Amino acid sequence: MTPRVSYPAGIRFENVEKRYGGLYALRRVSLDVAPGECVVLAGRNGSGKTTLLRIAARLVRPSGGNVSYSGSSGASGDEKPSDRVRPGFVAHATMVYDELSAEENLLLFARLQGVERPKERVAALLEEVSLTERRRSLVRTFSRGMRQRVAIARAILTQPSVLLLDEPVTGLDSQGIAWLAETLRGMRNAGCTLLMSLHGESEISALATRGIRLDAGSVVDDTSAGAAMSAVLAGAGE
Amino acid sequence: MWKRAIFAAIVVSLMGAAAYASFFIAPTEATMGTLQRIFYFHAAAAWAGMTAFSVTFVANLLYVWQRKPRWDSLGVSSAEVGLAFITTVLITGPIWAKPAWGIYWTWDARLTSTFVLWLLYICYLLLRTLIEEPDRRALLSALFGIFSFLDVPLVFGAIRWFRTQHPAPVIMGDGNSGLNPTMKATFFFSVLAMHVLMVFLIMERNRLEKMRFEVDVIRHELEVA
Amino acid sequence: MSLLANTGVLLGKELKTEFRSRELLTTTIIFVIIVLVLFSFTFDPLSDEARRFGSGLLWLAFLFAASLMLQPCFLREQTNDTLSALRLSVSDPFAIFLAKLAANTLFLMVTELLLLPVFAVMYSVSVVGVLPWLVLVFFLGSLGVSIAGTALSSISAQARMRELLLPLLLLPMLTPILIASTEVTAALLDRSPYVLWKGIGFLVAFDIVFLTALWLFGEYLLEE
Repeated sequence: MTPRVSYPAGIRFENVEKRYGGLYALRRVSLDVAPGECVVLAGRNGSGKTTLLRIAARLVRPSGGNVSYSGSSGASGDEKPSDRVRPGFVAHATMVYDELSAEENLLLFARLQGVERPKERVAALLEEVSLTERRRSLVRTFSRGMRQRVAIARAILTQPSVLLLDEPVTGLDSQGIAWLAETLRGMRNAGCTLLMSLHGESEISALATRGIRLDAGSVVDDTSAGAAMSAVLAGAGE
Repeated sequence: MWKRAIFAAIVVSLMGAAAYASFFIAPTEATMGTLQRIFYFHAAAAWAGMTAFSVTFVANLLYVWQRKPRWDSLGVSSAEVGLAFITTVLITGPIWAKPAWGIYWTWDARLTSTFVLWLLYICYLLLRTLIEEPDRRALLSALFGIFSFLDVPLVFGAIRWFRTQHPAPVIMGDGNSGLNPTMKATFFFSVLAMHVLMVFLIMERNRLEKMRFEVDVIRHELEVA
Repeated sequence: MSLLANTGVLLGKELKTEFRSRELLTTTIIFVIIVLVLFSFTFDPLSDEARRFGSGLLWLAFLFAASLMLQPCFLREQTNDTLSALRLSVSDPFAIFLAKLAANTLFLMVTELLLLPVFAVMYSVSVVGVLPWLVLVFFLGSLGVSIAGTALSSISAQARMRELLLPLLLLPMLTPILIASTEVTAALLDRSPYVLWKGIGFLVAFDIVFLTALWLFGEYLLEE
């Protein structure tokens, strides 16, 4: 099973703003996600969920405000510097190379990130995502569900303290969704902070302890209460 | 409103004075006669064009560093103005050269690197039309502008050092070679007038760019509401 | 992971991808051959004159080929958004550029060295004796082309009309390389080496200027 993450980390958004010319994708969003929390982001298309996640992943530079990571190792209480926390990121695009095999892809990203004993880690991951038999096949030949599994494996290579997921359920069948829910449950139990954007309720959204709703770039709802959470999620997926 | 009108009046006066000086105050040049007077316009425009491109370079650097739309505005304004000046240089050059030297063009270092510079700034403006999102457009064109600016001295150096086996008549001569004091004064006055014109054009173009940006913001606000 | 280590890993990926399909190399080599043949129709390739024009045409062919070969450089990273994956994984984004420009330089050099005998035969020039120097000029010139080309390829990949745009942006910018490489190559083939050191120095200067600019501004080229 997944070992406990070494540096649980929280995410802090301070007045994060993103403008594209005259268009505001995000308007002064301030949020605090505690270490180990599992949060669902809901909202219509264009409400800013993807932008928020990509800013958290540091792929997009905010026009204003700041995103930072914070955390402590729990036991000894020392802080890990914010910019050393590297979140895992899963998007709708698989972010792996079609022309390379599953194993080659994972080895590439493992080596780039300085994972120790990369070959063993990759082998273990492939086992965890049930792709060991197809590890030498080119990703080009994979089904959507299999590609998603490679994508998740890539995201959790370094056992990140934070995992960001942008609509990870799209294109998955019920089996795929069940597998993803179980994987994420394992990560959550290991202390990983999860921030994911979803459309509507599912096994995945059931993992969350908090729901945040975005509309036109602003937070309109932020709740952890049970019934209210369903409302937050039900409002999505139009 | 008034400030702009006054400035415009100053520009017109200076340009008029410079033209007057070029035609009536500066002495006629010995070998080429009246035709040489185009030099005051041509060379001054060249200097102003180069200054405009330097302004673009600085604006590009400032944009990459600070990401303020005003630097992008300034960059594109001075690039367009610079391009206009350099275009007149490239046109007046051959007009002058044919009667004076019998050929329209020569591939010497200055002319050729001016031409390549002109090409690079056309590409800069063309690139901008091919990127829709304003922040991307600003950043990518600023970066291209920076690379272009660094390239120009290299172009000049390459031609200067490697094409000497194709000697060419130096069309315009050095700005200061063999010019008598009145001519020098006329020349520097022309340069001044051109630079004032350049500043005026850049400011006007910049105003236009800022207005476009504001209209864009308002339009998006309306769409969302 | 250090910059060099990351670059090494990425370079391995670039090479592995290319040598699996060999599509870039094949098309580039064929394109250069076509251009050389077409050029030869426009004048007498065996005359003395031709020998002086030959080097220029050779480098023109290389530049045209490079401006096509460099297009997929960043375009292929857009397919599955692998560029984001790279940006998330490397410690220094410059590694991405270094790896790509190293790979591109290598591909260009392979093309050039394979085509040198073809060129020598078509235009009846002897390359024996100056081969090491030719290789050096090819290397320095290709490096310059790759540095500028990789940088501009990341720009054109984000614009419309990207297939037409890259040659448009790249070719004027490579004027210094064309001039210097042509002169040095011609001098070498003509066995008049007086311009050799000047040319090599100039190419090195170009490479340093552009590499430094890419190092300073590279991460902004990759921004979203």
